[in-house]
Amino acid sequence: MTALKLELRGITKRFGSLVANDHIDLTVEPGEIHCLLGENGAGKSTLMNVLYGLYEPTSGEIVVDGTPREFRTAGDAIAAGIGMVHQHFMLVPVFTVAENVMLGHEETQALGWLDRRRAKKKVLDLVAEYGLAVDPDALVEDLPVGLQQRVEILKALVRDAKVLILDEPTAVLTPQETEELFRVMRSLRESGVSIVFITHKLKEVKAVADRITVIRRGKVVGSADPAASETELASLMVGRPVDLVVHKEPAQPGEVRFALDKLTVLDDFGNVQVDAVDLELREGEILGIAGVQGNGQTELTQAILGLRRPAAGSIRLDGRDITALSPRKTLDAGVGFVPEDRQHDGIVGEFTVSENLVLDLVTRPPFGNGISVDPKAVRDNARKRVAEFDIRTQSIDTPAGSLSGGNQQKVVVAREMSRPLRMFIASQPTRGVDVGAMEFIHQRIVAERDIGTPVIIVSTELDEVVALADRIAVMYRGRIVGIVPPTASREQLGLLMAGVDDPELLARAAGNPNLVTEDDSTATAEGSAPEADPTAGEEGQA
Amino acid sequence: MSNTLITPEAEAPQEASGAAARTLRAAARRRALITGGGFILLGLYALWAFGLGTKSGIDATFGMTVSGSGPEVGDLDVAARATAIAMAVLCMAAGVARIVLAPDNKLVGRLTAGVFVVAFLVAFLCWAVAGKQMSFAGALQNTMLAATPLILGALAGVIGERSGIVNIAIEGQFLFGAFGAALTASVTDSLWAGLIAGAVAGGLVGLLLAVFAVRYVVEQVVLGVVINLLVAGLTGFLYSQLMRPNADKYNNPDIFQSHAIPLLSDIPVIGPVLFDVNIIVYLMYALVVIVHFALFNTRWGLRARAVGEHPTAADTVGIKVNRTRYLNVSMAGCIAGIGGAFLTIGTVGSFSKDMASGAGYIALAAVIFGRWRPLGAVAAALMFGFFKALATSLQTLQTPIPTEFLTMLPYIVTVFAVAGLVGKVRPPAAANKPYVKG
Repeated sequence: MTALKLELRGITKRFGSLVANDHIDLTVEPGEIHCLLGENGAGKSTLMNVLYGLYEPTSGEIVVDGTPREFRTAGDAIAAGIGMVHQHFMLVPVFTVAENVMLGHEETQALGWLDRRRAKKKVLDLVAEYGLAVDPDALVEDLPVGLQQRVEILKALVRDAKVLILDEPTAVLTPQETEELFRVMRSLRESGVSIVFITHKLKEVKAVADRITVIRRGKVVGSADPAASETELASLMVGRPVDLVVHKEPAQPGEVRFALDKLTVLDDFGNVQVDAVDLELREGEILGIAGVQGNGQTELTQAILGLRRPAAGSIRLDGRDITALSPRKTLDAGVGFVPEDRQHDGIVGEFTVSENLVLDLVTRPPFGNGISVDPKAVRDNARKRVAEFDIRTQSIDTPAGSLSGGNQQKVVVAREMSRPLRMFIASQPTRGVDVGAMEFIHQRIVAERDIGTPVIIVSTELDEVVALADRIAVMYRGRIVGIVPPTASREQLGLLMAGVDDPELLARAAGNPNLVTEDDSTATAEGSAPEADPTAGEEGQA
Repeated sequence: MSNTLITPEAEAPQEASGAAARTLRAAARRRALITGGGFILLGLYALWAFGLGTKSGIDATFGMTVSGSGPEVGDLDVAARATAIAMAVLCMAAGVARIVLAPDNKLVGRLTAGVFVVAFLVAFLCWAVAGKQMSFAGALQNTMLAATPLILGALAGVIGERSGIVNIAIEGQFLFGAFGAALTASVTDSLWAGLIAGAVAGGLVGLLLAVFAVRYVVEQVVLGVVINLLVAGLTGFLYSQLMRPNADKYNNPDIFQSHAIPLLSDIPVIGPVLFDVNIIVYLMYALVVIVHFALFNTRWGLRARAVGEHPTAADTVGIKVNRTRYLNVSMAGCIAGIGGAFLTIGTVGSFSKDMASGAGYIALAAVIFGRWRPLGAVAAALMFGFFKALATSLQTLQTPIPTEFLTMLPYIVTVFAVAGLVGKVRPPAAANKPYVKG
């Protein structure tokens, strides 16, 4: 396979008044793993969608092997030898692996009749060549995400991709699967494929990159050597020095306040998503629920809030059975809830900041009486919260939807924390949130714990869970497969996230923290893990 | 790290364990109990109303000879009371079997349901026909008459929805196809020209749907209904202004004559029903086979389904999503247009106002009942056609119950099917979702 040199020159992409990419220059040399490092919302994915022909650049040009090219559709990019593994997989769930791989590139006989045997053989050849074991006849929807990702890579390879773009490929993987992906990436590099690896995780960059380009707010702010320290990379990415540690005192757990007993929850199709989960939560502790996306976390939080009626089992808060309560009554019972999809479930984008701050409170004093609302009280409250939670908004009458992701999340957290809570549950509390807001949100969560509220944090960012939690429960296929202290090794957590609950393997893993995260062994008993991922957890330096 | 620890095999799907599995089994048992109990109760009703409600010693006579063609077959005389009682008992047996046999076994569920439906129907017919005569073969022939446009419409619906466009406009495609075929065949004096005109007219309505659904991102269900009203108004206007005053010139087409296929049409009862029919019905057979195999085995079908399931994925591998949708919906419109042509130049021989009379919506129900599969939709369309034919036959027998109830039955069943009681129904994921590039 002949290698290919790819250059982006002065790429600018505007969406209305928003400049997502601002004169970006990037050169990917043949046969290198080029890392594109940047925070959520820095413009990495936009840039790659421009490169892949999904977005048309406002200005700038793409140069392949010295010739300027114009990609109007993904088909043009594919023809030029560019393949992409999207953050959200572009696979048809009801198709088989072979069908997905051949889609758009079909092997056919007369009259367009599909040649399934040849398509299957092609898949198997690639599987053998790159060690990407996957069954070509399996339905994609039945595969775990790690294997779905392999199908995406196969899709690119079958089209002879010479540059492979991986957009946040590790977000959905366990640490072990990540390691396996890196092995595949290296073997692809050996065979001459260049890789553009998009991520915001510093550990991964250091583990696999040949060269690093850092993007901040749509601009290239520099390049770095993989040998640079994580702190250096972090400050380059964030734009100021960052402290990579969450500071918190050891937890002072009290009595059990919240308990799940054999809780079983089904999804809309009647599949078991939460499988007889038992869980106890004590006063003044943070319980982190870790796990790869889609292992029942969403359904679990929906069941706790009352959005989804459990099929069996019970939920008790302070001795009271709240299993069958409606969301309204659950909130009234003192549960504070931060949903995982804030734009959809957390705020009403068209409503103002001040309205969003009292969304679930307007029916009661001091904001209202069930019939009318007291606008003055609402505005006073808004001014207070905006100041207290450092919400960056033009005014309290600005529509909440126009705030940045981090400030939207602050609005949600401020609202949920602005009443006395008996329990607080936050799902993906810092997804897509910039570092400043993240530090603040983490601080508030720890503060809530310190006044005695039991807290549950559900996050697919392992780093965030490790940094915040006092205990970590790992969810796999709807079950809690283990509860470990935050000092547990990455390998141990990774095994649990993959559903391995063999005590012997786990014991071995506990003494062998040799994964991507070499430095985890320094995690302290207070649960202050040294954090490499600035989008997951750090504090200080505000 | 030890690479052997996490292999894909280690993540093989595991059975839901413990409490969850018990919950699922309990739900299956509950479903079996409700369905089986329903069968038993209805069986008891059949026993009381159809079995004991029929005087003993009289026969129900079913005519088995198709008039005008095919081999002579003797009438079928059955002892009405005895047969009805036996069938009612069979209904209850199906209910018991549903409860006692493995409750989560799909095959058991389908078999018992099939046995129940047939037995209940036979019991009902014995009661209704007792002491009289009904032409069963005639009812089958009428079934084909009613089902042919339904099947063509349902194929159009399947293609549209599989490509991500809900084709509510089948009704309009029928109507315009029927109008175009009648007018063209009258003017040109050529049935073939009429057939082609019917297909083109249906295709135009399909194209109109596609333009507004794809280009202007209009809500597809609302759009479809509006198009149906538009076509009804347009053809109604042209009919009263153009056709009715000059019926001889503009609304007097021939009718395709039926052609018997040697040997096949000599099969007793079903031979003449299926194989002594006109060219549009044969065309329908061909289209059923073609659409079914093309959808699941050709590049066109793979791409159509990809566009209807996950358009973004299709786009990222270089498939032109909106072009595919335009093409498929227009093509589907042509097929429905042929169904419309059947209404005029295939049976009646003239166009009349609003002659599709809701068949397009019934075809749509067949799509859903058939779970978005061509053959499933065909089966559903045949069932709808059969019940309609049965209602017509029973009308002449003057049974005590209004025949409208019989015509309602398939739709009640459809509502239950759509509600998911018959099993999980999963429509194409991107049906009714416009694809707009970022």
